[in-house]
Amino acid sequence: MEMDEITKIAYNCRKATFLIEKQQLSSITMREKLELKIHLAGCVVCRIFMQQSANINKMVHNLLHDDTHTEMKLNDEFKKEMKDKIEQQLNNNKN
Amino acid sequence: MLNNPQQTQSGGEYLIDPHQWVDKYADYLYTYAFTRTNNEDKARDLVQETFLAALEKVDGFESRSSEKTWLTAILKNKVIDNYRKASSGLAKKTVSLDAGAGQTDFFVPDYNNWRPEHVPKAFGLEDDCPMLNKELNSILQRCLQKLPSQWLAVFTMKHMDDAKTEEICSELKVTTANFWVIIHRTKLNLRACLQRNWN
Repeated sequence: MEMDEITKIAYNCRKATFLIEKQQLSSITMREKLELKIHLAGCVVCRIFMQQSANINKMVHNLLHDDTHTEMKLNDEFKKEMKDKIEQQLNNNKN
Repeated sequence: MLNNPQQTQSGGEYLIDPHQWVDKYADYLYTYAFTRTNNEDKARDLVQETFLAALEKVDGFESRSSEKTWLTAILKNKVIDNYRKASSGLAKKTVSLDAGAGQTDFFVPDYNNWRPEHVPKAFGLEDDCPMLNKELNSILQRCLQKLPSQWLAVFTMKHMDDAKTEEICSELKVTTANFWVIIHRTKLNLRACLQRNWN
């Protein structure tokens, strides 16, 4: 790689964070991996971003897959309406 | 079967009893829908639609799976339908890596380094074992609610059951390039929102 190309990579946090996101959910090319490595070697901010981003993914995963987190409650009025609709439908089906 | 709610499970087969659905599953399904749509009204409607659609399909109920599993599968399809609607129109637009109009650009144009006011700061979330506590979780949920619905659709679908990117792109009619730009923007905004609200 040319020197000015390396300088560009070193500054480009936009691209680095993009590659971080892609790498966490999929894969990036060898060249992209090298670019990211060069960038992260000199950019402490993007290293923080990367760790925080990975932990956000973990949190989102838990939120979507963990049944044990607090169950929300539908209000009773709406439940009653739904029950009525279901009963009505069942009666219609009988006839 | 329908008219015998008292009948109990036998031979490992599951029976179906719509009279009990609301009491047994409404809260569970509502929570499921809400965590994926971040919209209370939408979640409520989806639960109701699920019950009504299920009634139509009662004959096709496979007694090998539980009612809960079966209803959840119906709801999941409804959630995906909802994502599809939210992202319609996305296909026609090309989303560029730069922030669009009206959006926060976290980076300095041309130079592409962080703008000073948007530099990510260490606040605990970067630790190996961060405090993944209730408070942080509820901040996360509030931050998710602030996302544009198209972004939320793409982002949640990718994290929902590790679906293949190509499948999501074709379901939501998004190009692969746009897909990654949306994932990137979503994360930039989510992270910034968490930092802003965590002290």
